[in-house]
Amino acid sequence: MPICQPMRARLGVAARTSVFALGLAAAVAPAQAADSIKIGVIAEAQAVAGSSIPLAAQLAADEINAKGGVDGRKIEIVTYDNHSSSAESIRAFQRAVNEDKVNAVIASYISEVVLALEPWAGRLKTIMITPGAASDVITENIAKDYEHNKYTFHGYLTSSALASLVCDAAKDLLVDGLKMKSAVIMSEDAAWTKPLDAGYEKCLPEVGLKVLDHIRFSPDTTDFTPIFNKIESQKPDVMITGISHVGTQPTVQWKSQQVPIPMLGVASQATNSTFWKDTNGATEGVLYNAVSGPGVAVTEKTLPFVDAFQKKYGNTPSYAGYTAYDEVYYIADAVKRAGSTDSDKMVEALEKTDWVGTIGRIQFLPKGDPHVHGLKTGKGAITGLMLQWQDGKQVNLWPKDVANGQLKFPSFIKTSEK
Amino acid sequence: MLLWQILIDGFAVSALYALGATGFTLIFGVSGVLNLSHGAIMVAAAVAAWAASGDLHVGSYVATLIGVITSLVLSFATYFIAVRPIQHSRQIAESEKEIFILTATLLWGIIIQEAISYFFTNNAKTVLPIIEGVVTVLGVRTPANEYFTAAVCWIVIGLLWVLVNKTKAGKAVLAASMNPRGVTLLGFELSSIYLAVWAVYGVLAGIAGVLLGMFLGVSSYSVGPLTASAFSIVVLGGLGSVSGSLIAAYVVGYLETITAYLISPAYRTIPSLLLLLAVMYLRPQGLFGRR
Repeated sequence: MPICQPMRARLGVAARTSVFALGLAAAVAPAQAADSIKIGVIAEAQAVAGSSIPLAAQLAADEINAKGGVDGRKIEIVTYDNHSSSAESIRAFQRAVNEDKVNAVIASYISEVVLALEPWAGRLKTIMITPGAASDVITENIAKDYEHNKYTFHGYLTSSALASLVCDAAKDLLVDGLKMKSAVIMSEDAAWTKPLDAGYEKCLPEVGLKVLDHIRFSPDTTDFTPIFNKIESQKPDVMITGISHVGTQPTVQWKSQQVPIPMLGVASQATNSTFWKDTNGATEGVLYNAVSGPGVAVTEKTLPFVDAFQKKYGNTPSYAGYTAYDEVYYIADAVKRAGSTDSDKMVEALEKTDWVGTIGRIQFLPKGDPHVHGLKTGKGAITGLMLQWQDGKQVNLWPKDVANGQLKFPSFIKTSEK
Repeated sequence: MLLWQILIDGFAVSALYALGATGFTLIFGVSGVLNLSHGAIMVAAAVAAWAASGDLHVGSYVATLIGVITSLVLSFATYFIAVRPIQHSRQIAESEKEIFILTATLLWGIIIQEAISYFFTNNAKTVLPIIEGVVTVLGVRTPANEYFTAAVCWIVIGLLWVLVNKTKAGKAVLAASMNPRGVTLLGFELSSIYLAVWAVYGVLAGIAGVLLGMFLGVSSYSVGPLTASAFSIVVLGGLGSVSGSLIAAYVVGYLETITAYLISPAYRTIPSLLLLLAVMYLRPQGLFGRR
């Protein structure tokens, strides 16, 4: 076709011009890189849990920069939307390291994504910290091949840690408080729920809840009627949840079908403040584990962070927002202590992290531990919380010393007759 | 008890499928267009209703109306942006237009889907039901909204039947689906018939979308599966056959529900897809197809 000829010529000029422009940019870039500490943030901009990650990271960077940065060096956040895809995350990671020359990466709340990035962190020798993925395999990989995988840090709780925190809360609130005896585990089929479910199976009987059944369902499920139906026929006292990719639909159908069994467990979507609106209030009475919650002063940094986030962005952060915010701070702290942005020196410095963040005191498990580079949990470290949605608010019930409310269920929940 | 549960659940889901597929098949019957932005338009209607009640604090009825209007606007937009320019184009060969329109509506659907997740995140949303509470029949506790959904679907399908069979404009639409050239020869303007069909389609998809939002909830992830389910129902019933689509909707709806209850919710869609495959082999024109 003759029409193509001038087109191609024009395209050629355009291409050459942009190559020239790129060359210019590349020539200028190293000068900037020497000045600022660059942190790449790869996250799910369209998902509620993921969308807080870049926002919280930027907030932390702004705060650090306002106080003069790290030894005069500014923190610069470079964000990449991964559209919840592992393939796009890897491309973003390569681009972040090779073209944008970042010094560290904060990546994703999805375990599948983080597991895909982990070998790349090793190959490209770049620090990667996840603010929200939970699979135990992330830290197990580091334990298996420390020299290669030591660049990955797990900035959120592992699934098995989450399971034991949920069991601890269930014991205090349900077994001791409401004399409950039996449970059905209900979780979505995903990488992070495998160790979670294994943890539940082990620790629920230990705290006095007999596991009657274990239902795993596809994250694509839209109609939960058959699932609730089956669970109800087994007459458990409580449903122990492990849901993150789904949330709104089971919650709304739980309420509209008036399933008389309470839900307690890990429900990531319930951690976000918009969950009440997304479910039209159906989340009333839902109990969920979290590392932080609005109005809960886990440390002296928690509430100022929530206030600043709300002031800047108009809503409260998801769980991964808290961790991402802390991560920028302790990356900056590690750079300061290492006196360098060299990856191996940063690994050494990060391993010695002892930082009080918004979710508790952050320390990483040492080399030799099966979950090396995972967070230390328990008293004096990170304890987690158990919150409940009540009248449009997220109220913390557990542990007792930071509780700001009482357990309360909607009228269709039957707990007294058991 | 389980039987009754399957009967009720299957009926409500099937009624919703039927309503969604009716508009889809009507458009194909009249203008030969397979509208692959169907799922996106349904989701947009539900999200608009959700946003209206959440952000503007309007009641359920007004929210529903806003949802249906959104769907109507998007339906016309689909026609004027993705379909009509291709139909009227002189650069695209007549024989290739069908595939061009198919691609254009698919891309248009993706644009709507991405816009929804950009502005409202890809989290699932639910529309506040018009009727709340539960009804217990034969020991089976069902949300009243489920009966309401089934009833509304059938009332709307009934009204559509009256429109097509009893009014002059409706009869013209019916005639156009049988023989477009004949209708033109009788003095009807084909382009205004197209407009009427896209309007009817917009209303049907809007109602189906909002009801789906009340019943099960939607997210931008639902777009693909919704288009696929409408498509497979319509192919199963026979392209362009409204009654075929209604029956196929019930076949698919019940097959899914029975699978979900008796085998596992994880395998819900598999048997109906196998059935579709079998029909394609043995009876490619569909169960009640004319083409």
